Amino acid sequence: MTTAAIRRANSEPGWLRYLLLTLALGFLFFFLALPLLAVFVEALAAGWPAYRDALTDPEARSAIGLTLLVALCVLPGNILFGIAAAWAIAKFDFRGKSLLITLIDLPFAVSPVVVGLIFLLIFGAQGIFGPWLTAHGIKIVFALPAIIIVTMFITFPFVARELIPLMQSQGKDEEEAAISLGASGWQMFRRVTLPNIKWGLLYGVILANARAMGEFGAVSVVSGHIRGETNTLPLHVEILYNEYNAVGAFAAASVLALLALVTLAAKSIVEWRIRRETQMLAASLTPDRP
Amino acid sequence: MPSTRPRPARVLPGFSLSLGCALVYLSLLVLLPLSGLGFKASHLSLAEFWEIATGERALASYRVTFGASLLAALINALFGLVVAWVLVRYSFPGKRLIDALVDLPFALPTAVAGITLATLYSSNGWIGRHAEAFGVKVAFTPLGIVVALTFIGLPFVVRTLQPVIEDIEPEVEEAAASLGASRLQTFLRVVFPGLLPALLTGFTLAFSRSIGEYGSVIFIAGNMPLISEITPLLIISKLEQYDVVGATALAVVMLLISFVLLLAVNTLQWWAANRHHGSARPKAGGKP
Repeated sequence: MTTAAIRRANSEPGWLRYLLLTLALGFLFFFLALPLLAVFVEALAAGWPAYRDALTDPEARSAIGLTLLVALCVLPGNILFGIAAAWAIAKFDFRGKSLLITLIDLPFAVSPVVVGLIFLLIFGAQGIFGPWLTAHGIKIVFALPAIIIVTMFITFPFVARELIPLMQSQGKDEEEAAISLGASGWQMFRRVTLPNIKWGLLYGVILANARAMGEFGAVSVVSGHIRGETNTLPLHVEILYNEYNAVGAFAAASVLALLALVTLAAKSIVEWRIRRETQMLAASLTPDRP
Repeated sequence: MPSTRPRPARVLPGFSLSLGCALVYLSLLVLLPLSGLGFKASHLSLAEFWEIATGERALASYRVTFGASLLAALINALFGLVVAWVLVRYSFPGKRLIDALVDLPFALPTAVAGITLATLYSSNGWIGRHAEAFGVKVAFTPLGIVVALTFIGLPFVVRTLQPVIEDIEPEVEEAAASLGASRLQTFLRVVFPGLLPALLTGFTLAFSRSIGEYGSVIFIAGNMPLISEITPLLIISKLEQYDVVGATALAVVMLLISFVLLLAVNTLQWWAANRHHGSARPKAGGKP
């Protein structure tokens, strides 16, 4: 059999290729492209001025502000935890490592509503610490602290999950070289580790940020939906939609959809950078096997 | 690997510090709160717990949640396989853009997905209008839940399959073809068995995400008790009626199911990793 014949036998016949392509693109069109388009069409349905008014409304502005504030509070902790966990898991061997990796994945498996409920049971009026908190006049549930805590729980795995495989694949030769040449731990981290993981770290932060700004179920349980105070942007969308204010709801939704598009774009760029750096690294190393 | 000479263990600094930080953060944020749920639930006797967990509305909500999640995960397994295959094997204009768009359900907040799908599939929406002409009502029925969960679970199957399809060595298929296998035989006997573990992993991931999903479903579901009420929503409505005990019992049920599914995903991924390395050998074509 000739190479061409094998290649022909190795690809689907023309009609099948056409059918599969149509199926795939049709599915993606109905489930991805059309909803994305609909957000913006509905948001601008009443024209540009109505869209602008919906976004400059004080409640919308407070919701945007709160959403940014929550993301800003949540991300630093996640970055520190992600780097620490990835450093321990990727560079050292210890007992219970796979259990630790599974536990890091835990927040992905738990329903957001259950996450909200858990923190309600701890900090709520009838919760474990409820009476003590009330006695000391500390408000956690139905206030900013609870929103931040549940968002931390929900976005907890993102940075660590991106960094662990990346740091595992990079090995520890470079860091060991730095240490044996007399670098301090901090110097090694800043000069060797951080430059190596910066794109993976950024990738994890982008994903965590998207989730932090978009989280709905968990935040909805603990926020109390106080307008202008504890309403994040996704909750603002819900309230307006339930009031049949479609333009307002979709205007706020369009901000979140834009955030999603920026996230996807940034993700693609970062993935491309990681791929390119891996290729450059592979090309610069002389193969030690013939 | 460049070198394999033995090294003294732990040259690198920061093991205790990094592991300590990670464990403290994990315990305070995840483990202790989760055990708080167990602590609260332990106030319930087993009989009380059973009565709440198997109440009529609860059972109906499990049926809706599991039925819709299963159907959505099956749709995603089928179309996800086609999408992943097309994205890896075929070239067409706009491929990279479409590839990037597959992650949209991960990036788009669930509430946005919910109101958008509800609008699209309602009786005067772009899609709902045409569906209703055929007598199919999607929004505010259990079918709407399936649509929302299909959207939510879409990336899982595609993203778990893509790297596996990329890794299939062309020699394997060439060997099968040169031994006289038809394209269908090659796919079913050579390619598909190698994809199966990843396909099952993606299916389970999509299913497990769908079970807990709340934001995208509630807008399109109609939320009628016993008909289109999902379990997370039942938890919320119990909370709104100040029935914290009932909500806790249902949350425990959901948490147990999540753990089982997490275990299943880990087992499948382990299987996929082992199976995948084994399948690189051309072992098909034995039978004509």
